[in-house]
Amino acid sequence: MWFPRLASNRVLRACPIDGAFALVARQGNAERLHCLNAQAERAGLHRGMGLADARAFCPDLISRPATPEADARFLATLRRWAIRWCPWVGIEGADGLVLDVTGAAHLWGGEAAMLADMRARAARAGLDLRLGLGATRGAAWARAHCGTPDQPLDSLPVTALRLDGDTCTALERMGLRRIGDLAGAPRAPLARRFGPELLLRLDQALGRQDEPITPAPEPPHYGVRLTLSEPVGLLADAMAATERLLGALCAKLQAQNAGARRLVLTLFRVDRASQQVELRLAAPLRAPERILPLFERGLAEVDAGFGIDQIRLEATLVEPLPAQQTGLGATPQHVDRLTDLITRIGARIGLENVQRFLPADSHIPERSFLIVPAAYSAPESGWRGSPPRPLRLFPPEPITVTGSAPPARFHWRRMELHAARATGPERIAPEWWLADEGWRSGVRDYWRIDTRQGRRLWLFHTPQNPGWYVQGEFA
Amino acid sequence: MSRELLPSFPLRAARVHEACGPAATTFAVITAARTPGNILWIYEGWLPATLHPPALVAFFDPARLLLARAGSQADSLAVAEEALKDGAVGLVVIEVANALDLREGRRLQLAARAGGGTGLCLIPEGMGSNAAETRWRVAPVPGEGDSTLMRWEIIKNKLGTTGTWHVRWDEQAHRLHVVSPAGEQPGSAGLPD
Repeated sequence: MWFPRLASNRVLRACPIDGAFALVARQGNAERLHCLNAQAERAGLHRGMGLADARAFCPDLISRPATPEADARFLATLRRWAIRWCPWVGIEGADGLVLDVTGAAHLWGGEAAMLADMRARAARAGLDLRLGLGATRGAAWARAHCGTPDQPLDSLPVTALRLDGDTCTALERMGLRRIGDLAGAPRAPLARRFGPELLLRLDQALGRQDEPITPAPEPPHYGVRLTLSEPVGLLADAMAATERLLGALCAKLQAQNAGARRLVLTLFRVDRASQQVELRLAAPLRAPERILPLFERGLAEVDAGFGIDQIRLEATLVEPLPAQQTGLGATPQHVDRLTDLITRIGARIGLENVQRFLPADSHIPERSFLIVPAAYSAPESGWRGSPPRPLRLFPPEPITVTGSAPPARFHWRRMELHAARATGPERIAPEWWLADEGWRSGVRDYWRIDTRQGRRLWLFHTPQNPGWYVQGEFA
Repeated sequence: MSRELLPSFPLRAARVHEACGPAATTFAVITAARTPGNILWIYEGWLPATLHPPALVAFFDPARLLLARAGSQADSLAVAEEALKDGAVGLVVIEVANALDLREGRRLQLAARAGGGTGLCLIPEGMGSNAAETRWRVAPVPGEGDSTLMRWEIIKNKLGTTGTWHVRWDEQAHRLHVVSPAGEQPGSAGLPD
């Protein structure tokens, strides 16, 4: 199945446009036509033409930028759609599908009826489709691109052999215009002149060389649903239904050695409204008995209305979770309890707000540690002993003191403090390779001041830009 | 050891306690050092002062610490209740900015009783809840040649008497020493409040 106008078909399906239409892709510095519809081709435009030239030919051309990623997604969708005809469907190039219909055609009443069905369905879907049928993949490609579905292979031009343009031109200059001519020509000189590629393609088309169809693997789908014969409205009933769904989902996860990280439970009410309960887990998990209690809070907030008659559970984010041996050594049960707690707290304040400290390699006090979400990190014990540091750190608060010696008397937070002892200085230089607004004032001399009033403060002086600041408190 | 000398410390488990005063953070950190298991520290995101983990090394391994940044006091109390009820963490420290009423304090107390963990609210001076098991006022005291001397005063105690002690944290041995006022420089025992 070849979709000659896949990209423009895709866009026009979404918003039908009557008239010449083209998708424009940027190649180098020029905007070139990427894909056009039939009217545009009738107006004399062709693929690869510059957009300015095309506008000169056809002033009322409507154009849109091309999005190859969306086209690739669309083709993947079409691949799934094509599974209706036969189970072995692979993707061929950027705009084609290859189907192995061996043993499937009779289900549609023969090959001709099957092709007619394909054409009818594609036309209904607004897709331009060209079909080729062949005993080999190469032959089918040749017929789809350069002929009709049942044209004899020998009469097709050599361009139908999936060769590059230079080879085709050279072959045509030699007088080998048809595949039949090529097949009849002596092989050795051809191989010498054009390399093995040409003969490989020819053999593939004629069936002398195997070319299997590799159907794209179906990605595992982690979704289950349950339709209830009678609508339910009680929390216990909803929990029981969720438990049943969880069992099925976790079996799927178990088979793939995966664990869910984010689960979405959608509850469809009788009146067609639907509500979602999202659960973000602090660690990949596939144990139903641990996930179920975590849903309780979210389910309790659901408004059941006249009742819920369909429930759907989907794992929207899945991470690999290999099977682990349990029972030997220390069972990490307290770790499990902790991750469950993180999940529950995260459901309330956001999973990224449950954090932990990790050591960082820096002398700058503010950067000597990292605060990272606990759900996405492991505890680390690489804390090095450092010179005495305050327990509390706050943004520097200026105090009105002059001179480079530690102050004997100063005001801080409306308190008058008298220094009893000053320990220091400890000079910390800014990390010049990182731009930091707070460290523009240059090096800092840190002092620990024990005051007569009791408070033990961490002060610093900036000699290059005279000033005193309080940045932390020890006890 | 200090256990006999300080009748209400370490804090009674499965209860919620309160600490106020300038050195309440140190009190919480020392409590954490004396509590096995993980520690959950709940703070409100808008507060400028943060814990400085390199300083925690002198008390306990910061890997045991989990932080929860709540958006409001209602959130932080809800998180505290959840964590206390679950019992997966040994100590829950809650930084409280506004006064707790009796209902909130009581809920925390019930949650702690159900889960078995200890709760500690760091409250502003005079904003305690009546439900608290004990309330401590902790202030640093200037000491000769000693930079960790503190005055711990227990100002509310449901099961015991109140009292005042001078204590010092030993960073090497990771333990608390009670210092007799007699060993202090003159006047320090009777420091004005």
